Amino acid sequence: MKERAALIDRTSRNDFVTYGMVIAAFVIVQILSSMGVLTNQLQGLLVPLCVYAIMAVSLNLVVGILGELSIGHAGFMCVGAFVSALFSNQVGGGMPSLLRFIIAILLGGIFAGIFGFLIGVPVLRLNGDYLAIVTLAFGEIIKNIINAVYIGIDGRGLHASLTSANKLVDAETGVILINGPQGITGTPRDSSFLIGILLLLVSLVIALNLTHSRDGRAIMSIRDNHIAAESVGINITKYKLTAFTLSAVIAGFAGALYAHNLATLTATSARFGYNMSIMFLVFVVLGGIGNFRGGIIAAVLLTLIPELLRFLSNYRMLIYAIILIVMMIISWNPASRAFMEKHRLGGHLFKKKNTAGKEGE
Amino acid sequence: MVTFIENLINGLSMGSIYAIIAIGYTMVYGIAKMLNFAHGDIIMVGSYAAFIMISTLGVPVPLGILGSVIICLCLGIMIEKIAYKPLRNAGSPLAVLITAIGVSYFLQNGAMLVFGSNTKSFTSVIPASIQTMQIGPFQVRGIAVVSILTSLILVGILQTFIGKTRPGQAMLACSQDRAAASLMGISVNNTITLTFAIGSAMAAIAGVLMCSYSPALTPTTGAMPGIKAFTAAVFGGIGSIPGAMVGGLVLGIIEQLSKYYISQQVSDAIVFGVLIIILLVKPTGLFGKVIQEKV
Repeated sequence: MKERAALIDRTSRNDFVTYGMVIAAFVIVQILSSMGVLTNQLQGLLVPLCVYAIMAVSLNLVVGILGELSIGHAGFMCVGAFVSALFSNQVGGGMPSLLRFIIAILLGGIFAGIFGFLIGVPVLRLNGDYLAIVTLAFGEIIKNIINAVYIGIDGRGLHASLTSANKLVDAETGVILINGPQGITGTPRDSSFLIGILLLLVSLVIALNLTHSRDGRAIMSIRDNHIAAESVGINITKYKLTAFTLSAVIAGFAGALYAHNLATLTATSARFGYNMSIMFLVFVVLGGIGNFRGGIIAAVLLTLIPELLRFLSNYRMLIYAIILIVMMIISWNPASRAFMEKHRLGGHLFKKKNTAGKEGE
Repeated sequence: MVTFIENLINGLSMGSIYAIIAIGYTMVYGIAKMLNFAHGDIIMVGSYAAFIMISTLGVPVPLGILGSVIICLCLGIMIEKIAYKPLRNAGSPLAVLITAIGVSYFLQNGAMLVFGSNTKSFTSVIPASIQTMQIGPFQVRGIAVVSILTSLILVGILQTFIGKTRPGQAMLACSQDRAAASLMGISVNNTITLTFAIGSAMAAIAGVLMCSYSPALTPTTGAMPGIKAFTAAVFGGIGSIPGAMVGGLVLGIIEQLSKYYISQQVSDAIVFGVLIIILLVKPTGLFGKVIQEKV
């Protein structure tokens, strides 16, 4: 009993460190901001930083806790972004902006969750790299279709077209909602750093509580050995779907936050393509698979490094790539890991909770 | 009907380019058990190398292609030695995947620095006399015929190499069981290096063909074809060379037909949609082996 209490104590202490870190980051940024130290560029990065940190939490649920590889998470973010932006645009001034934004975030999360569920039902029976490629394919399909579709509304209802917005809606009463590659314009800019931090905390609460719950342990048992899990009566499909859908919901939150930070929301590859999904994966792996705190730190570092390297002008992305390769080799190479463990270097960022991923490797 | 057949031939030709790329993907996956995300960018480097040699330096076309193949071959070996080898026993296959992404960023941004981000117009390596051909009632581009033939020849050579030669057999052994292969006296390290060299050389050829097919060359030229070829490799059952060939061809045809008959914008969505359906019906791809898991 005593040991159990100690164990609970240790996990909750660990969680409090994570929450505390996020809150401390918020306070520090506020202080720096009031002192006028932050440049405009950094100010503009604050909301995207929260978005990426939330995405790192979301993807960590799938990659770290469920142990499956997804490279289509930008697709769920895309769904959340467009649904929430559509809602906010339609409601406009008819609601206080905070309430409108909260509903928009919830809607973004719900719709992304629905997509996650629908995609999860067929694909979660695949595993390993096959699952990865299917999630990539779904992400690309979502982006591609939103990019090609024109949706308008008028007195006669909703209209959609794949070719152009011309004559789609009644000229007087109609409004174009999604204008093909031009996307959605005029979304109210409701996002702020405070809301971003709060959303990050909410996502963390969801993710950490799931991990420590009975369901979370069931999910992790599937990750560690799905045959053993099945033989003790764990419903694999149900728990896989739970984790995947929850992860999609959190990605939807991030999408809503992202959409309300932009004047024009477009489904370009740079925003919602597989490149972004891969970037989220980089956060998760670099931060330590299954380690939520590490993922957030990696997200922040990897977003800030290109900014801090701005003085290198054209060389910065090249240096960034080199830093990424070197960090990966240092933190994952068996020899350098043994060296770091011996000399107690690296701390939490590089600490592996376990070797998640595929079995048999 | 004539347009349909012409579209089919165009699809086959783009498909055979995808097939060449996909074979590189699949070989590396089969032996090193990693998804080499930088493969698409090696195609881009190969195209730039050929472009510089042929268009800027005026090297004869066959020599230019050979030069591009050698450059990519060396690049492939270097990448493997520097970036992938230290992580071969990292414990999680994800680690080396992320490093591959880093290499991909590196190559793209390196090319951006050296060649600039503006689009270069690649001059086709096909002689002007056979740019377009009339075969019966069909008008066919020379590059279409050349790329289909090239891919067939390459697959033939590769199959013979793997089936008949000792290094080829060593590759097969490593893909089956790395530990057992090394116990039989096969140098696993050399075999993996050889695989990367062959895959990268094929990427160079694919790059030259691709840029002759559609001449716009930018630092991100290789990214999307790389991803699509990866899809093709999965489609055919990752690890299987005939599978990659068939997957590439099928993908090229679907893409061309949906571009022509349905919509230019959503053709990618259709390609990926078909992939998903195939994988749901056959979860290990067309030619993939079902591995029974032991408890």
